[in-house]
Amino acid sequence: MPSYGIEIILNRQLADCLSVPVFITDTVGNLIFYNGPAENILGTRYEETGEMKVETWGTIFKQKDDDGNLLPPESLPLVRTLRDKYPYHKTFWIESMNGKSERISVTSYPIIGRSGDFVGAVAIFWEARDL
Amino acid sequence: MKISIRGVRGSIPVSGSDYEQHGGNTTCVVVTESDWMLILDGGSGLQQFNLLENTPIKRVDILLTHLHLDHIQGLGFFNPFFDTDIEVHIWGPKSNTGTLQSRLSRYFSPPLFPVSFRDLQCKLIMHEVENSGFEIGPFKIDSRYVIHPGPTVGYRVSGKNSVFTFIPDHEPFLGSLEFQTDKKWLSGYDLAFNSDLLLHDAQYTATDYIKKPGWGHSSMDDATRFAEIAGVKHLLLAHHDPKHTDNKLNELFTELESRFNYSFKYELAAEGMNIELP
Repeated sequence: MPSYGIEIILNRQLADCLSVPVFITDTVGNLIFYNGPAENILGTRYEETGEMKVETWGTIFKQKDDDGNLLPPESLPLVRTLRDKYPYHKTFWIESMNGKSERISVTSYPIIGRSGDFVGAVAIFWEARDL
Repeated sequence: MKISIRGVRGSIPVSGSDYEQHGGNTTCVVVTESDWMLILDGGSGLQQFNLLENTPIKRVDILLTHLHLDHIQGLGFFNPFFDTDIEVHIWGPKSNTGTLQSRLSRYFSPPLFPVSFRDLQCKLIMHEVENSGFEIGPFKIDSRYVIHPGPTVGYRVSGKNSVFTFIPDHEPFLGSLEFQTDKKWLSGYDLAFNSDLLLHDAQYTATDYIKKPGWGHSSMDDATRFAEIAGVKHLLLAHHDPKHTDNKLNELFTELESRFNYSFKYELAAEGMNIELP
């Protein structure tokens, strides 16, 4: 089993130290790590689930706009980052499987190492604030 | 495959009677097999190694893990650079802040050094490596970026029948220790796994390391732990702290042995060691 590159490993180390939810995916969106604060959003523990296929974790919560309309996946920051290898930011609502809704801001960025290769992406969830 | 240890000190060369057993030169290892030779890092230990006049060797490959001074300071005194009959290949980590030659030329230029690259008389060929695989003569070599400040790689050198891994500067256990026993999340694991011999950074004591996280080096405890996870057969603890005299190193090693009972062989690397792998 090959190990991850240091860009991924160091992103996990950073995520492990942060108080905000952080999700790390591979290049196609499979969830390879989520930190403790992110466990509250997913309702699962990383130690229990391990890595999750994109089809699995992508259905754990729904994304909606301010009017309650479902957002198409291609409008979401992480999906756009995976497609364009570029950072994005957006504020929207998420509804977890237990029906709880929360307004959040998501910042996503691509992980591009020294070699210039795109090796994964990170999504950071922030409590939404109107500044 | 023969491994010849020419320098094992970290950071800066040291000299004097307190350093005779393990040596005071900075990192350099020479690997030979079937009349081919690799030089791993060009620390001050490289000055001990020069090709004899009229040598049949016409090609030298120098593999640099990174460009910190203790790993390149011997290059300027390496006589093949000044021999028109010799081809010197330098392999080193790719960076996005400049070519390998432009970064090395900061050392190979006044005022730091009187000789510039353009003054070298050998045929000089540069190769930039990243997470790469390549071959030199009988050697199959893999390079991977590892955790250390600035672009830094380790090398896994596979000969005909054995594997030598060289990671002299490495901090695999930086940060949380909770998941680093998971091989998939361990820097350097791909390089070291099942190696017959691993030379690895072990600059600090466990106590010293607490004060220096992020400096890019390992404690002796972490180096042995890394070797155990990677299934290494023989570990050389290297990149000795310049403050650690022979007596201090021996004392630290005895103390390390008293606390751990690993199934693999491990010992302090010392200048002048020669190890034959099958």
